[in-house]
Amino acid sequence: MSFDAIVIGAGHNGLVCAAYLAKHGQRVLVVESQDRCGGLASQHEFHDGYRCANAQHVSHFPERISKDLNLVKHGFDGAYADIPLTWLNPDADGAHIALVDGHLSGVDAGEQAAYQQYRHLLRRIASMLAPFWLKTVPPIGNNHLSEMMSFAHLGLKMRALGKDDMREFLRIVALPIRDLLDEYFDHPGLKAMLSWDALIGSRQAPRSPNNSLLALLYRMADRSLTSARADSLICALEASARASGVEIRLSKRVERVTIEPRSECLCATGVELADGEHIEAVRVVSSADPKTTLLQLVGGDQLEIEFAGRINRIRDRGLVSKLHLALRTAPTFAGLEAPRGRFILAPMMDSIEWAFDDAKYGRIPQVPVLEVTLPSLADQSLAPAGGQVLSANVLYTPYAQADNWDDMTRQLLLARCLNVLEHYAPGLRDLVIGTELLTPVDLEVRYGVSGGHWHHGDIALDQLIMMRPTYGAAQYRTPISGLFLCGAGSHPGGDLTGIPGHNAAKEILR
Amino acid sequence: MNSAPDFSLERALPTPFHARTQAFNLEGRWSSWNGYLAAEQYFDAELEYFKVRNACGIYDISPMQKYHVSGRDAEAMLNRMVTRDVTKMRVGRVSYVLWCTGAGRLIDDGTIFRLAEDAFMLTCGSPSTAWLKKSAIGFDDLVIKDKSDDLAALSFQGPTSCAALRCMGLDGIEEVRPFEIRRFELGALRFMASRTGFTGDLGYELWVSAEDALALWDALYAAGEDFGIHPFGEVATNMLRLEAGFIMPGAEFNEALKTIRFEHDQTPFELGLDSMVDFKKPHFNGRTALLAESKRGPRVSLTKLDIEGNKPAAGSFIYNSKACRRDVGYVTSGIWSPVVKANIAFAMIESKHISGELWAHINYEKELRHYSKIARCQIKQSPFYAPQHAKLTPPADF
Repeated sequence: MSFDAIVIGAGHNGLVCAAYLAKHGQRVLVVESQDRCGGLASQHEFHDGYRCANAQHVSHFPERISKDLNLVKHGFDGAYADIPLTWLNPDADGAHIALVDGHLSGVDAGEQAAYQQYRHLLRRIASMLAPFWLKTVPPIGNNHLSEMMSFAHLGLKMRALGKDDMREFLRIVALPIRDLLDEYFDHPGLKAMLSWDALIGSRQAPRSPNNSLLALLYRMADRSLTSARADSLICALEASARASGVEIRLSKRVERVTIEPRSECLCATGVELADGEHIEAVRVVSSADPKTTLLQLVGGDQLEIEFAGRINRIRDRGLVSKLHLALRTAPTFAGLEAPRGRFILAPMMDSIEWAFDDAKYGRIPQVPVLEVTLPSLADQSLAPAGGQVLSANVLYTPYAQADNWDDMTRQLLLARCLNVLEHYAPGLRDLVIGTELLTPVDLEVRYGVSGGHWHHGDIALDQLIMMRPTYGAAQYRTPISGLFLCGAGSHPGGDLTGIPGHNAAKEILR
Repeated sequence: MNSAPDFSLERALPTPFHARTQAFNLEGRWSSWNGYLAAEQYFDAELEYFKVRNACGIYDISPMQKYHVSGRDAEAMLNRMVTRDVTKMRVGRVSYVLWCTGAGRLIDDGTIFRLAEDAFMLTCGSPSTAWLKKSAIGFDDLVIKDKSDDLAALSFQGPTSCAALRCMGLDGIEEVRPFEIRRFELGALRFMASRTGFTGDLGYELWVSAEDALALWDALYAAGEDFGIHPFGEVATNMLRLEAGFIMPGAEFNEALKTIRFEHDQTPFELGLDSMVDFKKPHFNGRTALLAESKRGPRVSLTKLDIEGNKPAAGSFIYNSKACRRDVGYVTSGIWSPVVKANIAFAMIESKHISGELWAHINYEKELRHYSKIARCQIKQSPFYAPQHAKLTPPADF
């Protein structure tokens, strides 16, 4: 039995790509190594009766993909409201800062006004870039008219910003996020909170030069949907894909992409599964990260030496660990009445920087900084009645530990995380009845993602746009004829957006 | 402070044979090759040349880069890197190979020795560690060791070389065919001999651990005395290899990884090495680009020229008419060849002009006065010098 396309991995990008291909009449098979769809966003039971996913929130899912794939009909509960963001004041008597739908509370009027200015500037720039996320970025040095038009379009869009905004964009695009926030704000907590989304997932701290700003702008794209239940997106995508005729085989690990030499080039002909089964297809589309896809499933020996070298040097060592706590009852954060959305537990930008300093030298942070959510607030089914799930992103925990990720290091990190949590929510420690700590190494092993990196590679200037994952594979095609990439390692990047999957499908159907 | 600066890290090092070679190097004519002292000439380059063509000569090739590549993936790794089919090599054989960038530009040439099913030695003129490391990405069972400093090597070339080695006690050396390897033990002295070289003559290369280098030299020299043995240097080597039609990095091509200007490097097809590129192999580095080039034909072609007169044409422009209005190429290497008795050269010429007239504009000097002449060039298809005796197995006895 032969397919038009085999999609490797039933993560959200794999499902989006598969659904688009199937909607255009292709016979599509998705092969997934886990026993469920969703990849890093899939739920698992980490303690008796307590479930959690590594990703809780959908923060900017394009409306267009949702409409094309009928996701609302299939149960996606996406809304246009931002996920509320709260900075928790480490001082028990101090005020927290909340950001809800673009409005700040907990800071003085001056800061609020500055925030409106800051937000409007970023919004204007974000809407300039927005059309390019859902587009293949042409390679440099290719003079096809349609591809030149893409660059011309970007140029026009930039020009349309007006002189002041364009100058400002060029000035701040590679600025450390700290410098930008220092210009606008005084409140240390506010700055820590606003820097978070510029940094999370990549090897960057507030003082790191590179373009944390682009990561921030990417996450501000217009016309996008949010949801506090990533699971609703995954289930809707799975249902939509199946409804379009996609066949999904779970618990099947792809061992390698089969390659056949043709006179002109090498050609992907299908996949070989770990159980020995061989499935043929006209093309193979991988939502696995570029390093796994090209160096493991294909093999460096099938590639040009320079290309394999570029893939090998993709910065994809994850720095984020996931902490899941099973709580007997809901925790009480001091001074917070109705907790919802995301909480940043980092007193100031320096706290984030110090945590990064430890990580730079391969050590876990003395005082980790955390982004905390309580997913069971949005979905009570995740915990037994009365219980609560706490999920945290822990920064920065290097993939390569000076002391390896032995039990002692894990216990130490867990204890340090609990210390931080206990400070903000006194008594929380006593509520804990189960814990799970997933280090980047655990994420790599469990989800087959190289380096345990959520985004399949840092979101940084040298790994973005026509450089993502590297030239020669940035248009979703690879040097192996019939092998495509559709995961977060491709333009525009990570988070639950489905855009790489959408763009890859478009490129395949072109 | 008036102490001399310490240049110890920059200083060119003596090779393992230096204690012997320096005695011959009357004028101290050393150059630096990969950080080692290499003799340009000992005292008379032409004498050294004639020794190789008529008797035998030794050339210290210890500065060559030598890499051991071993492991289950060694064959696949090398096979992907070079343009020839390594899988066809038998154990105990040597193969001349090229390796290219993904764009099909020549990085370097060298030789691969198949020491065992899963063990190879790669030799080349300049350091390649970085490229080998990059080429190893994606292979698991692979060990690459740089043996350049541990292994000493001598190139022993000339019509009497085989007889001298037999006299030295290398039983069976006469049965070793071109591009074959054999190991020898003389008492405590153990080394490897391959019937390879860079002179186009009968010849061998001897590979020995650095500690045993002098013992090998002494044994060889003692045996070679009756056969006219003499050390030779780079100048003589350059004459010998040009007569034999062998290209040299830095003359016929600029190594691609050291080339900054666009297409100032070359492709195998431009160098006339078509037979060294095996498209039957499903994949090797540069295959796609080379396949495209093989279809459209090389833009320029390395051409062997017999130039009228006796003024060496090194550095000359080549024109398509005696009027010299439009240059169509340049000479990469040129000498007066004593054995062929002709003014020979390699020239890189625009392919579309190869079939027409070719003229070299030669500048030369006589006692500080400068002259120039326009000399007609004739294309030679085969090597300038390829003597029958070099190919015989067993070689002629002396």
